[in-house]
Amino acid sequence: MLCSRLLLAIMLVTAIISAQVKAQTRFRDTIQIAGSSTMLPFVSIAAEEFGYSFAQFRVPVVGSGGSAGGLRQFCQGVGSHTIDIANTSRPMRPAELAACKANGVEQILEVTLGYDAIVFASRIDAAAFNLTPGQIFLAQAAQVPSAKGMVANPYKRWSDIDSSLPEQQIVLAIPGTNHGTREIYEEDIVLPGCQAMPAVQQLEPEAQLNFCSAIRKDGRVIEIAGDYTETLARLDAQHDAVGVFGVSFYQANRDRIKVAAISGVLPATETILAGEYPLTRPLYFYVKLAHVGLTPGLLEFSRYLASDAVSGENSPLQDAGLIVLTPELRQEMLQRIIRQQSL
Amino acid sequence: MKVAEPLIKPVITAGTVQQKVNASLARRHRKERVFKSFGLAAVLASLALVLILFINIFSKGLPAFWQSAITLDIYFDPQVVNISEKPVQAANESDNAFRQRDIEWQTEVGFINFNRLITDSLEKVLPDARQHRRDLQRIVTSGERFALRDMVVQDPGIIGQTRTLHLLTDANIDVWLKGNIDRSLPDAMQQLSPKMREWVQQLSEQGLIQNRFSFALFMNADSRSSLASAGLAGAFMGSLYMMLVVIVLAVPMGVAAAIYLEEFAPKNRFTDFVEVNINNLAAVPSIVFGLLGASVFIGWFNLPMSAPIVGGLVLSLMTLPTVIIATRSTLKAIPPSIRQAALGLGASKMQAIFHHVLPLAIPGILTGAILGVAQALGEAAPLLLIGMKSFVASVPGSPFDQSTALPVQIFLWQGNELRNFFEARTSAAIIVLLALMISLNALAIWLRKKYEKRW
Repeated sequence: MLCSRLLLAIMLVTAIISAQVKAQTRFRDTIQIAGSSTMLPFVSIAAEEFGYSFAQFRVPVVGSGGSAGGLRQFCQGVGSHTIDIANTSRPMRPAELAACKANGVEQILEVTLGYDAIVFASRIDAAAFNLTPGQIFLAQAAQVPSAKGMVANPYKRWSDIDSSLPEQQIVLAIPGTNHGTREIYEEDIVLPGCQAMPAVQQLEPEAQLNFCSAIRKDGRVIEIAGDYTETLARLDAQHDAVGVFGVSFYQANRDRIKVAAISGVLPATETILAGEYPLTRPLYFYVKLAHVGLTPGLLEFSRYLASDAVSGENSPLQDAGLIVLTPELRQEMLQRIIRQQSL
Repeated sequence: MKVAEPLIKPVITAGTVQQKVNASLARRHRKERVFKSFGLAAVLASLALVLILFINIFSKGLPAFWQSAITLDIYFDPQVVNISEKPVQAANESDNAFRQRDIEWQTEVGFINFNRLITDSLEKVLPDARQHRRDLQRIVTSGERFALRDMVVQDPGIIGQTRTLHLLTDANIDVWLKGNIDRSLPDAMQQLSPKMREWVQQLSEQGLIQNRFSFALFMNADSRSSLASAGLAGAFMGSLYMMLVVIVLAVPMGVAAAIYLEEFAPKNRFTDFVEVNINNLAAVPSIVFGLLGASVFIGWFNLPMSAPIVGGLVLSLMTLPTVIIATRSTLKAIPPSIRQAALGLGASKMQAIFHHVLPLAIPGILTGAILGVAQALGEAAPLLLIGMKSFVASVPGSPFDQSTALPVQIFLWQGNELRNFFEARTSAAIIVLLALMISLNALAIWLRKKYEKRW
């Protein structure tokens, strides 16, 4: 008796679910976004406000997973099981564009949302740093130039590199290769710092690149694959660690971490906007134009995100730490969205 | 003639046995004491660890169940909330046309600046508010303007009236009042401006800002634009839908498979092979099921990403071996005499199992199923791979809507930038998840006790 009733109930629920599956064959009605964890807070704020402000659209869903991960999902193809927008903290690489095209993702709209600065920070109770790209290179390199040619990195304390630096063990927590931040770290810090050395300049260009990008493997450089909270946890655990963060993360945790000056410039809103602070990078989002008209609100959300009210002066995204575009550039980006201009 | 010597010499007399026993007694007692103390030490150590974990989580998480809120008289000023009449469906109007009109009206309401209502009301209690408009806007968390909008959408008759409301304050005010940030730090390291700190002090002395039970934690979905309003409702519903899928799929399938294997299947190489593989499946790391789900359910069947239906399917696969193994061992434990008696009285095999064996096995099966579901409820790893760690700011309405799950929400909050606020919030989410797990386990125990039969 009990069993037959149970069976009946199970059959009923299965029938309801299969009816639901049939109803789902239409295109998804929620915008799906993935990519850079630096972009995640900004785009999430915009998504939430968009969904709450416009009754006809649903709140877009924003995932993370790093710039590379987001673009991989984005380039998987066209259809309701693939994402509509990829966020990145670096431009799309030619190889990624080729992968996209090979999978049928032909029409891609590229929009610059604003800028982000990356900062080097240590614990609030640790010493203050004033670093140069050359010093950071020397702290993290596998091999360094010396009088006897290239030798394995001998530096154990920052003061070994330069006597002006604190006498503190070298422990550097840098973003893993899945993060777009890593690319900026290498291009704006490590390479310039490395290539400025006379001994490196004598090498062939290819050998130079290989030499500069080799990272020491003795545990003093820690690659963080997760979010900035993981880097912060590393700082909590190791008093001497210096970590790489996004400026917005630093601003939310000013009571816990202390930023380092880069070549004498501290990252503050003024120095970043004036272009004095060297470590800034543009943030992008890529829109799959083939999904326009299929995913409701895709173009509207793109316009909303790039609009002055959301990501301009005195906007919620600026409050969250985004460095805003110039009005001219914003106009250009909005035009791109309206014209649905593809890469 | 020689007397045959006994084969075994009686070398051990009663006296020597006694001596031997006496000699070894101390050593054997010592061994027993050592073993007992090891066992006790193990129990105490594990209890101590659990206690440390609980103290840590509860001391961090319990304060997050209360959150600072400001009591304000909000006047729904008709000059600010200047909207047309709420549409009412006419008798000859189609549903679609009405929905269209309703959405247009809601969009109109969406353009109203509800922040004005809040700042106007704050100006009445803060005399110097006008000079610091930017600070003023930051006192109440930004999501509360949608709460006011929803009140108007629900009942436009509220326009022109005054309501006393408890509005959540900004997350940083909560952090400041709870002392989660060092108050002696210089201005540059503080999140609140000096003016806001002065206001907060004044308002809490007046009793306008108070710690109130945080319904937001249970009623709201996750939020990033208004951190103080971030809640668990979306994740809870996501988990609920997934558990429904698990109960509907894994439990009947697992029980049916177990009954077949235990009662009907012939003993041959094939069933041995199946049995070994079910045990292997139980040992497969859960993340592997996530990879499988991503490629099969999303890649092949084109099911939506981040949806509880996919999460439920993945967790069903994971729970299936647990249910099968638990059910089989319960069936094994039913005395064969029950089956034999039924068969002897002329019942068919099917009747013997469904009328006599299964009812006795129900408590065991239920226990296995509930423990399997509890295990699935706490699982996060496979869900990360099917897009369920996305930020979802709405409560899912069906298993096909995007959502997160409780363990994933813990993971997401743990990664939020505003550490001072979300450390407590994360622990509060852990407490909620633990409470659910404990109640599921209690249910399992209660069911077992209730239906238990002894022979």
